[in-house]
Amino acid sequence: MNAKRVDKIATGVLYAIAALVVIILVALLGYILVQGVPEISWHFLTSPALSFEAGGGIGIQLFNSFYLLFLALLISLPISLGAGIYLNEYAGQNTITGLIRTTIEILSSLPSVVVGLFGYLFFVVQFKLGFSILSGAFALTVFNLPILTRSIEEALANISDNQREAGYALGLSRWETVTKIVVPAALPSIITGVVLSAGRIFGEAAALIYTAGQSAPALNFSDWNPFNISSPLSPLRPAETLAVHIWKINSEGIMPDAKAVSAGASAVLIIAVLLFNFLARWLGKRLYKHLTAE
Amino acid sequence: MDKIRASLLKKSIATKIERRGKILSLSCLALIILVVFLIFYFVASRGLATFFQNHINLWHFLSGIQWNPGTIGTNGQPAVGALPMIVGSFLITIFSAIVATPFAIGTAVFMTEISPRRGAQILRPVTELLVGIPSVVYGFIGLQVVVPFVRNTFGGSGYGILSGTFVLFVMILPTVTSMSADALNAVPRYYREASLALGATRWQTIYKVVLRAAIPGMLTAIVFGMARAFGEALAVQMVIGNATLLPHNLVSPASTLTSILTMGIGNTVMGSLQNNALWSLAMILLLMSLLFNLIIRYIGRKGKLNHER
Amino acid sequence: MADNKTMTTDQRNIMTFDPQAHEIALSTEDLHVFYGNSEAISEGDLQFERYKITALIGPSGSGKSTYLRSLNRMNDRIATVKGKIMYRGLDINSNDIDVYEMRRHIGMVFQRPNPFAKSIYENIAFALRQRGMNKKADLDEIVERSLRQAAMWDQVKDDLNKSALALSGGQQQRLCIARAIAIKPDILLLDEPASALDPVSTSQIEDTLLELKQNYTIIIVTHNMQQASRISDYTAFFNLGKALEYAETGDIFTNPKVDLTNDYISGNFG
Repeated sequence: MNAKRVDKIATGVLYAIAALVVIILVALLGYILVQGVPEISWHFLTSPALSFEAGGGIGIQLFNSFYLLFLALLISLPISLGAGIYLNEYAGQNTITGLIRTTIEILSSLPSVVVGLFGYLFFVVQFKLGFSILSGAFALTVFNLPILTRSIEEALANISDNQREAGYALGLSRWETVTKIVVPAALPSIITGVVLSAGRIFGEAAALIYTAGQSAPALNFSDWNPFNISSPLSPLRPAETLAVHIWKINSEGIMPDAKAVSAGASAVLIIAVLLFNFLARWLGKRLYKHLTAE
Repeated sequence: MDKIRASLLKKSIATKIERRGKILSLSCLALIILVVFLIFYFVASRGLATFFQNHINLWHFLSGIQWNPGTIGTNGQPAVGALPMIVGSFLITIFSAIVATPFAIGTAVFMTEISPRRGAQILRPVTELLVGIPSVVYGFIGLQVVVPFVRNTFGGSGYGILSGTFVLFVMILPTVTSMSADALNAVPRYYREASLALGATRWQTIYKVVLRAAIPGMLTAIVFGMARAFGEALAVQMVIGNATLLPHNLVSPASTLTSILTMGIGNTVMGSLQNNALWSLAMILLLMSLLFNLIIRYIGRKGKLNHER
Repeated sequence: MADNKTMTTDQRNIMTFDPQAHEIALSTEDLHVFYGNSEAISEGDLQFERYKITALIGPSGSGKSTYLRSLNRMNDRIATVKGKIMYRGLDINSNDIDVYEMRRHIGMVFQRPNPFAKSIYENIAFALRQRGMNKKADLDEIVERSLRQAAMWDQVKDDLNKSALALSGGQQQRLCIARAIAIKPDILLLDEPASALDPVSTSQIEDTLLELKQNYTIIIVTHNMQQASRISDYTAFFNLGKALEYAETGDIFTNPKVDLTNDYISGNFG
């Protein structure tokens, strides 16, 4: 066989592999959407789940997912911002910095089930927070911190040093320069990073089953006092999320329409992740434009 | 004149802000590091209790094949044998990596070398999107599609190593593909130009030059995928059957470290042997995650050395 | 004017000023700058007269930029600077000096225009506000005055809220000058401020600097000898980390005392 023929065959094989992968991936997305989208209705999105009969919705789970996401970002963003700033602006190039980076990398590579189990030991048991929104939000924070820190650090590193010099030359401290000049300039990529991490948090389940819990008690959506246990805002109530719900009804098998509900819920999850993705790109581009012109 | 002199000699507002800011940001970083240490401390303190408080022999734990903590096995030893789960975890990890690697690398080569335009426009966005799909969704599809398919094709219940492998294969495929594509993209353009200029065909260039130069990066991608597969809990738990038996074929119910952990933690009493034994499984997970990390670092360092040479 | 001209055997000719006749704004004493172990500046002690423009010239790598950046300690993080930098009778290269406060008196403009990703107005008002100036009227006044001094008020007065990044390169650089003088420094350090600009913008910047010299002491690094001869009162020639010749600009370009200076200005190297 000559080289030309081998080249032709190899190219063909590569085309086939790529096509097969595309088929698998598209089939995956298609399956979820085809199975799930017909299940989605206003009723499905807003009514509470039913355990032993068909026709339940995912209202509370959906609310819980968003609430937990919001809290997790609220806690993890300032911490990651601080850590990212320190790593990129202050830390020198030495062994200690290297060790710190390694430690953060280890945290980001921990299986999320381990993070969840730690959350169970630490927040649920040790701090007696029980299966609650707070425990869940903290576990998600642990899960999110390394990813967000890294993306913020990268965003800051991409801002040219001449912006920093401009600040120093005006007699501004490094902290003022970073927080008021470099961070705003890096905002487009920071926001992209935050929204992408939001997509990951939104679909996370393993870190939550033993922290936020696997039950979704009824909520009184007219009571917004966070100190009442039936209030949607109550931080100490257990809060099964959408992703945990899908896992649970499939493992338990007591819900008669578990398949339909999971399909619908999966479609909602996927659509949410898609939206987060588009939002991240769109916001990043939009902000960047806003900063650079007009 | 004197005012300026004096102002130069005392601490300015900027200096005070700077000190506060530095301490603030350092505390954030310290908090993250503290969390990592707490994770290791808490999991290890529970996981080691099996051996130090309950006096389970480490070797029996690692090699035993009966898992029913709290009872005595047929061999007269406490039935705390984690081998079935360890084997399960390793098998699905290795199998899914073996299946995913050719697909991932083939697609990555297609994306970067054969049709970069289509790669950038279609394949890359799609793979990046799929990296973000929640694992319970993979588990759900596994349950709905893969398990029945395996049951009808190979017999048995459909739950088992094979279904787990299929699910994890699809799950790690996007990650490994996009990381491999990054590795290929990092190969300097002149490598290809030099090879093509010498009369090599495109395939010869890819095979002999580009792939070789990208080996460290692609190995990293594969190990990364394996780490993800090893640590994946819910998707696997949903399709593997969760029987704590040493798997003797690929289509009988089996279990992994993660699946038994997710099943069991809620059903055992804190501090009991049943519970401690589960934490020992978590500790193995933690150590494996460290090991994967070390391997990735090792490959990275090796790769750098090769490039410098 | 300048006295004490000294001629050394290794061909250095550095003028010093008579403190009775000339007010010295800034000077260095026994200054040495190191990057790691390599010495970037070994002999570079100069005095700078108040309200004059001093140009630092020399081939690339001669240390002229390093020297300039050491004067307001912009090199603190990347280099070791030894010796004294005297300003108002104080050694500002000492730990007792508040470096942020010092830079408010010794400002700097860089080679590449580096406006902040903010509006034109904010580029100037930002640093002032950061030091507690919050009155809109005060800020408005300073913004206008600085932009006028930088000769760009008429061009941008209707676009003050537009992003500074939308300006042309020349306008961006003038905005950077306006930003630097808004905080009323004593001394303005400029590191090849026109090297990234077209000839028209360059000559506008030069005009601006000649205007500014009434109120500011200006030290400018340039690789453009015409520029140095057009705008500066004094010129220092740097080579291989040493200041080799320092004299009145007219003298140095017509009658250099050091052979290397002569070679450089007649285009034989550099």
